[in-house]
Amino acid sequence: MSVDKDTVKKIARLARIAVPEDQTETLAGELNGILNWIAELEQVDTEGVPPLASVTGHPLPLRADQVTDGEQPESVLANAPEQASSFFVVPKVVE
Amino acid sequence: MSDLLKLTAVEARAGLDSRAFSSVELTQAYLDAVTATRPLNQFVTETADKALEMAAASDARLAKAEAGLLEGLPLGIKDLFCTKAVQTTACSAILKGFVPEYESHVTDQLWQAGGVLMGKLNCDEFAMGSSNETSVFGPPVNPWSKDGGPALTAGGSSGGSAAAVASRAVLLATGTDTGGSIRQPAAFCGVVGMKPTYGRCSRWGIVAFASSLDQAGTFSRTVADSALMLQAMAGHDPRDSTSANLPLPDCQAAVTAGVKGLKIGIPEEYVMDGMDPAIMALWEQGQKWLVEAGAELVPVSLPHTRYALPCYYIIAPAEASSNLARYDGVCYGLRVEAESLDEMYAATRSAGFGEEVRRRILIGTYALSAGYYDAYYLKAQKVRQLIARDFETAFASVDAILTPATPSAAFALGSKQQDPITMYLNDVFTVPASLAGLPGISVPAGLSEAGLPLGLQVLANKFAEDRVYQVAGALEAAAGFTLAPPRAAGEVQ
Repeated sequence: MSVDKDTVKKIARLARIAVPEDQTETLAGELNGILNWIAELEQVDTEGVPPLASVTGHPLPLRADQVTDGEQPESVLANAPEQASSFFVVPKVVE
Repeated sequence: MSDLLKLTAVEARAGLDSRAFSSVELTQAYLDAVTATRPLNQFVTETADKALEMAAASDARLAKAEAGLLEGLPLGIKDLFCTKAVQTTACSAILKGFVPEYESHVTDQLWQAGGVLMGKLNCDEFAMGSSNETSVFGPPVNPWSKDGGPALTAGGSSGGSAAAVASRAVLLATGTDTGGSIRQPAAFCGVVGMKPTYGRCSRWGIVAFASSLDQAGTFSRTVADSALMLQAMAGHDPRDSTSANLPLPDCQAAVTAGVKGLKIGIPEEYVMDGMDPAIMALWEQGQKWLVEAGAELVPVSLPHTRYALPCYYIIAPAEASSNLARYDGVCYGLRVEAESLDEMYAATRSAGFGEEVRRRILIGTYALSAGYYDAYYLKAQKVRQLIARDFETAFASVDAILTPATPSAAFALGSKQQDPITMYLNDVFTVPASLAGLPGISVPAGLSEAGLPLGLQVLANKFAEDRVYQVAGALEAAAGFTLAPPRAAGEVQ
């Protein structure tokens, strides 16, 4: 599997990271270097091995579906780049 | 007052209890050391006023005999832990100016135990790095760097924490370890670095990197100080669903319990091509020390060791790409204005993330994208299972495992930035245990030919931190390592 300039643009778009056109080539080279190195894993026989997603060894705990926090809009908005009347402000989405 | 800087945390606690000196005196001595070591770029935020305020409150509690475990001790906090009303940046441009409205569980526990906040410590951006060079504030300098010689890395990602403890700018510091970010910098700076079992310390309020791997831990100058600090930090927290509801074993007692009769595993796969001969010699010396202390060496095999790094470099970036999706310029942090919402996201993230973080997000996004998920992420999770099983098999016959902490001593800043993979190889000895969620410690044990510190790593089974401390205590006693970095506070410069 190899990454070309178009794939870099596609991944960058998925990750919402703007990548200037003149950097796509370099980035493709770097990503391929890493991906080729990672490809070593293909040598490992993992037939019948279940994936390990969590090492805790205990099931996820459940709690009552109750509100335990809230009513503090000032705190929530304290670090907002832009806010207005207790809302986060973003560029216009709907025309 | 530079004598105060030479005390261990345990000694300082005793001195405070006996009123030999006050917390304000101790804190002031450390504040002077913070100022004296500023050229090392260890702190990204200093909190001198808050420190003196907290120290005065500690003195009041000491007077009323209400002292906590860490009462009056000056602590440094990696800038990855959210601290209420104190800027927290993860050393990223995207979080510059972020002032949390809440306190991380770990730091909250430390303040409840009486700790004094000296400030926030430098680290790699979002803890992604092995030399602390990805920090937007520039790297800290290893206090072992010699006058007239090249500036050396303090290691990473918790480089500022390791450097600040070694240079005596703080007595203890927190770190986080995802693939070696506590143990590697501790080895490079000649201090003790402990990563507890995954789940031992709550991740709540710690800026997330790779959630299935991230774990908070300690930096200290002695093994006993580490055990003291861990006791204050650890604990169940329902706000972190992976937080373990299990009591911490008596780690402080374990430090001096000795290793008589313990079986110590020596993994054959940790002998690597091109390994520094000084590291090999130190590892053999460590084995000899443990045998002399009454332990038995047992050869063990961890056959999937060589796949640990590639496995880690799928899982960690994949989780990072998901975790870092939250930095979008809407709720907090940097925003770069643009015409549309989508363009605002892309422009903000491009400007706010550094090169290595962008690279890892892109790798992670690719590994999780449609058509590649099975080949990369799922495959890596299966290999992770095999790595964890390797350790389970080994721990069926041994109590602990001894390995080198790093493949080399601290290298010069700027010397490994050309190729990301060369940098990744730094974590070859620490990553396998991270993937398995095991506790591990790095103990300073000797010096390289160039006079730089080298560390040994002790691993134990999950939740057996007491075993880690038992072996670490024995190694420390045998090694008789002297912390004498030329650029520490109180040294002739």
